[in-house]
This record gives sequence, C-alpha cells and structure tokens, in this order.
Amino acid sequence: MYTKKVLDYFKKPKNLGKIKNADGVGKVGNMACGDVMHLYIKVKEEKGKEIISDIKFQTFGCVAAIATSSAVTEMVKGKTFEEALKVGKGDIIDSLDGLPPIKIHCSVLATEALAEAIYDYLSKNNRPIPEFLEKQHEKTVKENEMLEERYEEWTENQQD
Amino acid sequence: MKKQEKKKMIYMDYAATTPVDKKVVKAMLPYFTEKYGNTSSIHTMGTIANTVVNRVREEIANYISCQINEVYFTSSATESNNWALKCVASANKDKGNKIIISSIEHDCVLNSAEWLSKNGFNVEHAPVDEFGSVKLDELEKMMTKDTILVSVMHSNNEIGTIQPIEEIGKICKKKGILFHTDASQSFGKMPINVQKLNIDLLTASSHKIYGPKGVGLLYIKNGVKIDTFIHGGGHERGKRSSTVNVPAIVGFGKALEICIKEMYDEKLRLTNLRDKIIKNVLKNIPDSHLNGHPTKRLPNNIDIRFDFIEGEALMMELDMNGIEVSTVSACSSPKLQASHVLLSCGVEEKYAQGTIRITLGRYTKESEVKYLLEVLPKAVQKLRKISPMNIHNSE
Repeated sequence: MYTKKVLDYFKKPKNLGKIKNADGVGKVGNMACGDVMHLYIKVKEEKGKEIISDIKFQTFGCVAAIATSSAVTEMVKGKTFEEALKVGKGDIIDSLDGLPPIKIHCSVLATEALAEAIYDYLSKNNRPIPEFLEKQHEKTVKENEMLEERYEEWTENQQD
Repeated sequence: MKKQEKKKMIYMDYAATTPVDKKVVKAMLPYFTEKYGNTSSIHTMGTIANTVVNRVREEIANYISCQINEVYFTSSATESNNWALKCVASANKDKGNKIIISSIEHDCVLNSAEWLSKNGFNVEHAPVDEFGSVKLDELEKMMTKDTILVSVMHSNNEIGTIQPIEEIGKICKKKGILFHTDASQSFGKMPINVQKLNIDLLTASSHKIYGPKGVGLLYIKNGVKIDTFIHGGGHERGKRSSTVNVPAIVGFGKALEICIKEMYDEKLRLTNLRDKIIKNVLKNIPDSHLNGHPTKRLPNNIDIRFDFIEGEALMMELDMNGIEVSTVSACSSPKLQASHVLLSCGVEEKYAQGTIRITLGRYTKESEVKYLLEVLPKAVQKLRKISPMNIHNSE
C-alpha cells in the first residue's frame, strides 16, 4: 500500500521534534482523519533574503501523515518563503513516489502546516501578508477551532 | 540483485482470516481432480459430490443442534448476512417493516440494513453499554408490534465482546420476532446451540476457522419465511442457486471437525495468552485502555487503545518489527471515520484513534507473545515521541 520512500520516512523521520523559541509555528489538524501536525520554523537572513534555516515537526497521525510532514520539512529547509510556499501537495506526493488515494489529504495537511508557520512568522513581525496566505489562514483557523474543541484536554497540556 | 532475506513474520490477526490447516488442504484436494462432480448431477460423480456435501451439512447440524435441512451453504458470511436481512425483510413485509440491529454490527449487516432503510424499511440500531454488550432493556423496548427481525452478532469482530444471545433469543421468542445472529467470530470457537439460544438464523464462515475462503453458511430454521437471494438453477433445495463449491465445503467440514476436537483445550490456552497480554500491556504501558468486556470476550481477542498516537501508525510500526495486527482507526478506514464500534461504546472520537486489535490463533506460540510484549511498549513510545499530543513531549 505504501511506497518504500513513505515507509523510510516513517521508519526514520527527518527533522523530528520541536524547536524551542521557534520564529513561526504552524498547528493544523484534519479531524476527519484524526491527524494533527505541528511545524516549527527558524528564520534567518542570507544574502538579503529570509530563508527557513531550520524546521522541525511533531505529528499525531497515520504513516502517511508522519511521512508527509517529514518530507515537507526536508523540501523547504534552506528555502525562501516564496520558494517554500510553491511546494504543493503534488510535489510532496511525487517526492514520496506516490500516496494511496485515501491518504492524499495528509499531503494537503503538510502544506497547510507550512503555510501556517510562515503566516505566524509574518504576522508576529508585522509584515505584509500575501492575500492567498491570509485566505488559507482563515480557512485553517476555522478548522482548528473544531480541533481545539475536540482535543481540549490534550492541547491544554501543550502550553509552552 | 542481492537476494533479500525473507523476514519471519508473527501473525496476530486471526480475526481477519486464518491460514488453512494442512489437514484441511489434504481433505480438499481429491475434490478438485478426482471427485469433481456437480451436486445437481444424478450420475455417480454427482452423487459422490452430493453425498460429501450432505455429510458436512450433517456435521454442522450436529454442532449447532439443528436439522440437517436447515443448513445452507453460501459463498461467504457477507452473503449470508445480506441474504438473512434483505430476504427475511422482503418475505415478511406483510407482517411489519421494522428491523432492529445492534449498533456494533459488521459492515455487511450495517450496510444491508441501510439498503433496507432506503427501500421502505424502518431500521433501528440497538445501543450497547461501555463494554459493547447490547442493552437488553432498551432492545426490548424497541421491539414493537411491527418488528419483523432482530439481528445481533454473536461476538464482535473488533472488540471481541460476546453478546447475551440467549437472553436476546428469549425476548425475541416471547415477542414472536425472528432472530438472526452473525456468528462469524464465534463459530468453531465455542459451543453454539441454536435451540437453546432461540436463534432462527445464523451466519458462519469457513476462513475464520482454518478453512478455505469462499464458503460460508446460513442456518435457517424450518418454517422461517425467507425469500431467495441468488436465483438460478435451484441448488441448495431451491433456496440458493449457484454450482455448489464442493472442495471448499469439504474443507469447511474438516476445519470444523478439527476445531470441535480442540475446542476445550484451545479456548483455555488462548484465554491464558490473551489475559497475559492484556494484564502486561495495561500495567506496563501508561495511558493504555482495554476496549470491550474484560471477561465476556472472545478467547483470542485483545483490543487496546493507546492515547496520543494513531492506530495505523502503530500497526505499521509493529509490522516493521515483524508482528502483524490490525487497526480500525479513522485514517485506515475507507470513510476516514473512527470505529463505529468504539463510538457506540461511548469512547470519544479523539480516544478512538489509537486502537490496535491483536487476535491470536492455533499457531500462536508463547515465545511470540513474549516477543510482542517486548516490542509493543517500544513501538508505542517511539510514536509518542513523534506526537505533539503527548503531554510528556511538551517539557
């Protein structure tokens, strides 16, 4: 059912964990599937451009959810925001040599987590936010409200 | 290319299916190449086939204490359940249009009932308690005058809870309502007496008891009104057409014979292993919970949920360590929904995600159980490290 690449990521996830004092955090969840993804980014300037210098993830979810979150961290590490936001679900799926159709939403979740982490960084630093990112954020917030209701007890314990 | 060494796997998913016993295969073989007759033919070859099929019918009738002519062979438990629900409903619609099933039935009963509800029948789901036992008082209250059929499984495929079938049968008899039970997981594992239990229709399957896939049965008590499901040349006394799968039925019979012979000892052995696993896991893995009833459960079923992680990931982690179990987490289900069985037991959706089902069987060794108990805590711990939900990760 899963490709070797998916299983490799699952076996040995890359960039696993939490970044203390992260510059941006993206927390998303797809309740239909019971997946919750947290992405943490560090940002630094290089040659006058901001890049994602470090990125880590934590995921509650199935094999595909863990693999896609790990894959996306690898794909955008060292990239500018513009480059990172161009990574779509199709790119993630291709990098994994494919996902079962029923697991496609996991790759969507990974892109949403990334967008949220970048949004979080931009808004914290009072920076202009592209319209598409604002729209994406609104959608994610709505979904997260559902998520928080359902995971209240667990997420309460997650306060830093 | 380097030849890859095949990893030895430990199979602990006997509720999904079982390997065919070698003695069963041996019994089946002559019926492919030597005794290949059609049971409908009246020449010698046909008579040989017919005789052996009826011998198996008799064996089954003896096991469940019914008449020989009350046992009908089908292609699967799914077919039997479809037949029982849809065709009892259609044949009895002059009496009423209400059908009651338990809320934790297998999909083939649930979806047959759903189809009936789209076709004019009133289907109600009887609730279960936290252990997955049907609430008898509520079930009785649901049985109105227009109820024609009650269908409650003998034991549940996910959580292993054995239902109060005798009590349900008694109530149905008192009220004059037909009672069907899907005994796919119980058949061959414990004594079943359809007369004592007041069962009118019973479903069973061969591949759950070390027999071949592709054959099941429906017991239909004489006098029960039921329409034909598969129309054709009039096999199975006109009730279920389709050329009779003689080798598979012979295998089913041999498989049952072995199960009956070993039933008492096997039940004891598996119950011990089951309880050892449950006790060990609950004690040694924090935030783990048993699903289903602690004692009124199948001797081979262990269904445990772990907080903060997801079942499919745990299943795959165990698979990578050479242990095959199963999961019913939302993420691995076609509809992306949490297990309807756990939700019916009152388990909240967020807690229902991290469940795995371990089911033992004839070839499960004590050493394999020991290995499982070594691997499982590590697997849970590994996934909890990945999870943002784990409260211990926030420090």
